[in-house]
Amino acid sequence: MNGERTQVWRVRTPEGVAFTLRLASPVLRAAAFLIDWTVVTAGWGIVSTVLGLLHLLGRDVAGLVLTVGYFAVSQGYAIALEWLWRGQTLGKRLLRLRVVDARGLQLSLAQVVLRNLLRFVDGLPVFYLVGGVAALLNRRAQRLGDLAADTLVVWEPPEPLPDLTALTDDKYNSLRAHAPVVARLRQAIGPAEARAVWSAVARRDQFDAEARVRLFAELAAHLRQLAAAPAEVTEGVSDEQFVRNVVAVLYVNR
Amino acid sequence: MIVNLEQFVARERPGWERLEAMLRRLAEDPWRSLPWEEVRELERLYQRAAADLARLSTYAAEPEARRYLENLVARGHAEIHSTRRQEGRWRPREWFLRTIPRTFRRQVRAFWLAAAITAAGCAFGGAALALDPEAKGALVTFDHLQGSPTERVAREEAVQGDPLRDRKARFSGWLMTHNTRVALTAMALGMSWGIGTLVILFYNGVILGAVAVDYLLAGQPAFLFGWLLPHGAVEIPAILVGGQAGFVLAGALLGRGRRQRLAARLRAVAPDVVTLCATAALMLVWAGIVEAFLSQYHEPVLPYAVKIGFGTVELVALAWYLARVGREGGDARGTEVAR
Repeated sequence: MNGERTQVWRVRTPEGVAFTLRLASPVLRAAAFLIDWTVVTAGWGIVSTVLGLLHLLGRDVAGLVLTVGYFAVSQGYAIALEWLWRGQTLGKRLLRLRVVDARGLQLSLAQVVLRNLLRFVDGLPVFYLVGGVAALLNRRAQRLGDLAADTLVVWEPPEPLPDLTALTDDKYNSLRAHAPVVARLRQAIGPAEARAVWSAVARRDQFDAEARVRLFAELAAHLRQLAAAPAEVTEGVSDEQFVRNVVAVLYVNR
Repeated sequence: MIVNLEQFVARERPGWERLEAMLRRLAEDPWRSLPWEEVRELERLYQRAAADLARLSTYAAEPEARRYLENLVARGHAEIHSTRRQEGRWRPREWFLRTIPRTFRRQVRAFWLAAAITAAGCAFGGAALALDPEAKGALVTFDHLQGSPTERVAREEAVQGDPLRDRKARFSGWLMTHNTRVALTAMALGMSWGIGTLVILFYNGVILGAVAVDYLLAGQPAFLFGWLLPHGAVEIPAILVGGQAGFVLAGALLGRGRRQRLAARLRAVAPDVVTLCATAALMLVWAGIVEAFLSQYHEPVLPYAVKIGFGTVELVALAWYLARVGREGGDARGTEVAR
């Protein structure tokens, strides 16, 4: 578990680089399952109505097609879509979930089939109780099917390239005229601290006014102490602007 | 040291966007073969993105750039290090003539275990019924088998016309899906360290043994074999194959005598488990057809000798197929397309 509210799983590549996969929450997975179940039920309702025309050929043949057809569709829906759409069904695609190999590799057909066939035991005794309990007890949130196939269900929110406009406003930055202060800040502020300050600036619109004022006051006091800047650098500069100035000199060279 | 993000992104962005476009094209068509130049470019761009991610992670820029790169590297990693395209397309002939029998033989110990447990169940069910005929109600849960075998035989042999008229196909469909569910449940319960699989197989054996002894004690061996053999010659081995898959899974879960980690053990047996499940399902489709269209017809409509002969031929053919077909080159994994 990291600092965020999402569970993550780290994968280390042969190149020695690690990346994290954000594990899907049980609630999201249940919602995706409900969407898929609705799609299969509604879809099969339409198909069976059309297949009802087979009664013209004989009730017996129609009965065979409907019995075997529903079984094939209900069992094969997730297998077919997860294989064709690289780990996604319609429900998972709508909720940005994806089944992935636990080593970060592509899914094999055997993995896709196995994790779905194991629903026979994950669904026991009712409402995926066995699978749900297994996922809650597993540190990678795997139900038994995922455990057998060594797969994970991850959440993939959109990952756009970073927007640097928050840092590149055209306002005068009093820190830029004082190279020793900038150098001191670069030396004193560690990566984790810099990331926290960046986050505060990037997310400033998400805070309510009072919390924002308090947060930037605390950050500015801490940074002023680290910078040991002369009075003209900080004079007349609001707490938030000072924090923005610090982030700008840390991340953007002009 | 903190990376100058603006310069860094400006410098690396074209490479990231090029890599993203290549990965998107590959995702749209997983079977697309890349020309050699594109393969080299993909590898180079991926290595570069991985290095960029390492740099950002170490020198900690803001989280958005890191997440963007993590996503890119994760997708590149999956494309570069996976073997999906090497597996090739599924070839039904290859799968039927090599993969199925070789997989069965490779995991034959699990099949014999499933057969032994079923046989033990048969012995228990048969003995229980022979010693205490009143236990029939508890041992055999099917209503149509509760009565006297002799009365049933007389009733079935007196039937005029077609007893399954206009419902044979529907009945076969029901049998196929019901029995496939049983076989797949036997497989899936392998995840209970094989205990659930064992219970299902033993219970199936108890019913089979009790019914067989019931009909034998009533002096109806010809009816019994004529009724059960045509479909049972395939259906019973199919359930055993489902149990075999369950025990293969349980063996990987227990990992006795193996040094691999749990995930590696399960990953190693996954293709075999899936092949065995598909084999059981295929066999049960055939068994469903035979049970609905042949097994339910008795003398005088269909002589028992014909039905028993048909069942025996099926059993011999199945045994020959599983034991002998596709032996050239050995049964080790990799000698067939294991999908």
